[in-house]
Amino acid sequence: MSNVLVYAEHAHGSVPKAVSVALAAGKKLAGLSGGQTILAVVGSGIDEVAKAAAGLGADKVVTIDNAAAEHALADISVEALKAAAAATDAKTIVFAATSKGKDIAPRLAAALDASIASDITGINDDGTLQRPMWAGNVFATVELSAETKVVSVRTTAFDPAEGGGEAPVEALSVELAAPANAAKFVSLEETKSDRPVLTEAERIVSGGRGLKSAEQFAEILNPLCDALGAALGASRAVVDAGFVPNDLQIGQTGKVVAPTLYFAIGISGAIQHLAGMKDSKVICAINKDEEAPIFSVSDFGLVADLFQAVPELTEKIKAAA
Amino acid sequence: MKILVTAKRVPDPESTIKVNSSGDGIEEAGIKWVVNPFDEIAIEEALRVKEAQGDAEVVVVSIGPSEAQEQLRTGLAMGADRAILVTGENLDTSAVAKILVKIVEKESPDIVITGKQAIDDDSNEVGQMTAQLLGWPQATFISELKIADDKSSAECTREVDGGMETISVPLPALITADLRLNEPRYASLPGIMKARKKPLEQIEAASLGVDTTPKIVIKSMAPPPAREAGRIVESVDELVTALQSEAKVL
Repeated sequence: MSNVLVYAEHAHGSVPKAVSVALAAGKKLAGLSGGQTILAVVGSGIDEVAKAAAGLGADKVVTIDNAAAEHALADISVEALKAAAAATDAKTIVFAATSKGKDIAPRLAAALDASIASDITGINDDGTLQRPMWAGNVFATVELSAETKVVSVRTTAFDPAEGGGEAPVEALSVELAAPANAAKFVSLEETKSDRPVLTEAERIVSGGRGLKSAEQFAEILNPLCDALGAALGASRAVVDAGFVPNDLQIGQTGKVVAPTLYFAIGISGAIQHLAGMKDSKVICAINKDEEAPIFSVSDFGLVADLFQAVPELTEKIKAAA
Repeated sequence: MKILVTAKRVPDPESTIKVNSSGDGIEEAGIKWVVNPFDEIAIEEALRVKEAQGDAEVVVVSIGPSEAQEQLRTGLAMGADRAILVTGENLDTSAVAKILVKIVEKESPDIVITGKQAIDDDSNEVGQMTAQLLGWPQATFISELKIADDKSSAECTREVDGGMETISVPLPALITADLRLNEPRYASLPGIMKARKKPLEQIEAASLGVDTTPKIVIKSMAPPPAREAGRIVESVDELVTALQSEAKVL
């Protein structure tokens, strides 16, 4: 019997949905090992976050409140989580496969000489795990052989854990000091948007090279996003071309999303893009090239000039609402 | 200044990847092998640092099959000074990180740059693990690297979920390259000619005294669940109707 520790990353005093997804996976793993599921909140001035974490559905929340951990940089976070795992008798540590999770999890695995599986999409009853490889062309069943295990969980792969109740919160007293050669935080330039967060959105409008320019990308897609209350996403090609910020990229090396409704506009559908969106519930594609691979994963495809079809679609969605 | 970069041998990202008939690997027939695209970006960045500093040395390392010599020659043709190939089989990310640590200890570089992930196993682990084992700071997923004038630290801008984060790492440090750090150059013909004469050292993983027993074992591989293609609609009206009454998502 061993416990499962789930890293509760946070920003602006709240915990993202990705943590509830990691918690759901953590609970499944704890069910197999017969242990408890414990959320770990690390940071500086985290009372509010701890309170939010207590309602997410874990058995317990532990906190490490320390000024040195303010920016959740990997080196100090590893020290904190090592201490939290020891204090809670956790042999499995779970992360959401977000940029923070991917930064910290492998480092923690090395620190603990643990086995690691990144970006897992499934947990089998025998304890083996599923994870995608080769841009999602292959799903491997893997076994982690070390006693201590670290996993990161694909944020679309599990339904978020059901919240409710109020788990007890225990503040761990841990001495944490950044080593002399620790990384130092300089600045964070956040992408400002009134739209839903891409990885949490129920609807996504995503654009590709077919939009031709940054101006047209905005002019054509923003009204459709507004009409649908959707998040905006993009293919790698248009991010590389500078049409939109980097953090809107969907695909193998960008974000993985699975909204209820995904519009692929002017996106041909390279395998690397499909890897990031093909688990969406309903996929709609608009592209003038009828041979575009995106149509092979679309529920509804429209072969049309997007510059005419999308404004028409936007008007008709508005009228239907 | 010395910079160590990695060059994993992976299938070309344009390749069609299929699970083999025994379900324990991929169908390798007809695959073209290349330098992992993220490692190519790492090599390019190392070369740019070298060009800016004037006196830097770039060492490119590959850990894997002996055929990875081809990928090291690509790195040398791009402009790296010398190469190290560590040969071994069935190495997981943990084993690769431990081997890389041995090479780093031997070479004492100021910076190690790896790609943020290899496009075959998509693990995104080796850089972070190596940094931890070395006790070095890390800057992952970077899109900009600025080395301080006194060469004691580097300012790195990272691609994170909500935007761009900038951190400063004292050197030596380990950095992992994201897509938009740079556009890798192509090897020139003179570069390719020169690369043939550049030193390429070969080491057997077994000789390094590292426990490479895998900590993650692949039991089986399967293709992803197929998504059934839907249908082509003829007009925007038909699309809206389908989304409303058929898919019920509007």
